[in-house]
Amino acid sequence: MTDNDKIWVRVEHSTKKFATRKGEVIALEDVNLEIHDGQFVCLLGPSGCGKTTLLRMIGGLDVPTSGTITIDGKVVDGPSPKMTMVFQEYSLYPWRTVAENVGFGLEMNGVPPEERLAEVMKELKLVGLENFADSYPYELSGGMRQRAAVARALATDPAIMLMDEPFGALDAQTRNKMQRELLNIWQETKKTILFVTHSVDEAVYLADKIVVLTPRPGTVHEIDEIDLPRPRDRTSVEFAQIRKNILHIIEELETGNQNI
Amino acid sequence: MKWYFKLILPAIFIVAWEIAAILINNAFVLPRVGDVLTIFATPFADMFSFGSLAENSVISIYRVSLGFIIACIIAVPLGILLGRYQVFEDFSDGLIQILRPIPPIAWVPLSLAWFGIGLAAIEFIIVIGCIFPILVNTIDGVKRVKRSWIETARIYQANEWQVMNKVIVPAAGPAIWSGLRVGFGIAWMSVVAAEMLPGTPQGLGYLIMQTYGWGQVQAVIAGMIAIGIIGIVMDQFFQFVQKRKFGWEALDK
Repeated sequence: MTDNDKIWVRVEHSTKKFATRKGEVIALEDVNLEIHDGQFVCLLGPSGCGKTTLLRMIGGLDVPTSGTITIDGKVVDGPSPKMTMVFQEYSLYPWRTVAENVGFGLEMNGVPPEERLAEVMKELKLVGLENFADSYPYELSGGMRQRAAVARALATDPAIMLMDEPFGALDAQTRNKMQRELLNIWQETKKTILFVTHSVDEAVYLADKIVVLTPRPGTVHEIDEIDLPRPRDRTSVEFAQIRKNILHIIEELETGNQNI
Repeated sequence: MKWYFKLILPAIFIVAWEIAAILINNAFVLPRVGDVLTIFATPFADMFSFGSLAENSVISIYRVSLGFIIACIIAVPLGILLGRYQVFEDFSDGLIQILRPIPPIAWVPLSLAWFGIGLAAIEFIIVIGCIFPILVNTIDGVKRVKRSWIETARIYQANEWQVMNKVIVPAAGPAIWSGLRVGFGIAWMSVVAAEMLPGTPQGLGYLIMQTYGWGQVQAVIAGMIAIGIIGIVMDQFFQFVQKRKFGWEALDK
């Protein structure tokens, strides 16, 4: 898809273990992954496979037990300014207006208010919330809140956006609409996106590359390149075929796990 | 609910008081309603050389404000620290839990021993009385700040000071404020109790004790009603600010 072969994210032999009351749990085992510039990559897998953990480690919020993760060649040792994250749950600050929320990252980086406002309005326009700058998050619908969260993520102009099931809590219609909008934003801004989902449909609709993780301990089972042209037609035979294949793989992984 | 609904019970209470006062017919036990109202009609009139109702009220409000502000200055930053860093909480929790249930009035002998009779002893009792609800609410509020709010700030490169200032304090604001509200209520009760100590000059507690010594029960009751009214007004103020400044907490789901 892109000519640029710059590798933004490189995950090498990364393992994550958690200590729990019932002993040690291996969440992720020997994960290897590369994300190239401008790619839209979906991390797909059953719940509890550690996809969120992997995203958090790339984002610098968690540390791998072994192995290395690098962003633009530098080992991750905390959140990087090159990267931003959109959480699954609603993480806007309810005491701030939409504009103040979207400007939060810029504010943390010391951008002066006038400059901030211009940037904020630009991002709000991009996500279609320009008339809600002075609203509070609790006055918005679920879809609008996630749009504001996306605008907040875009405002600091990161190279990479990490998205943790950002549309997971939305109804199907809103979700489809948000997916279309996100693809438009992605094409317009040329960001690199790593998107966690457990919906095969969502992954096939969005991704250049789908990384299928196995159930716990999570490891990369396979990587599928999706080269269907965009905008993708969910009702097309090709779409259905790819979705069917991936669903089949995931089903096998899950039953395989039960037999152990 | 109609506005007057809340007034029905107090009205019945006043009528019952008046009937009881007429039946008892002894102003040293229970004065007539009118005798008490007379005092409120002339709030600036000196009462038996113990000062006026207004004057003593102002003194009590000044004392409670001073003690309350001292308690806030200590308890809010401390509570933020203890709520944010588990190690500090673990370290101090035992001491806090032991001191917390001791009622302010139990500190009276020690405060007199340490500070003697006077403003310092009164302030000490007020501070001791209201510091714990403020501290405990602040700790609790800080601990309940959503993890995703803090992580969002970290994602945007916020340093620890910014996390505190821009996320934790505003997020815990409603809990801190309700701690202040509870704390002020206790501080107000503490100041009146402290003013009843022998040797205290002025204040509503002083007025009540002194006028009682002279058998002026109508002044005692007037003082008590003034304490109640000031308490309600202050509580309404805290509630008003809660709604205006921290309304998001109730609206945000």
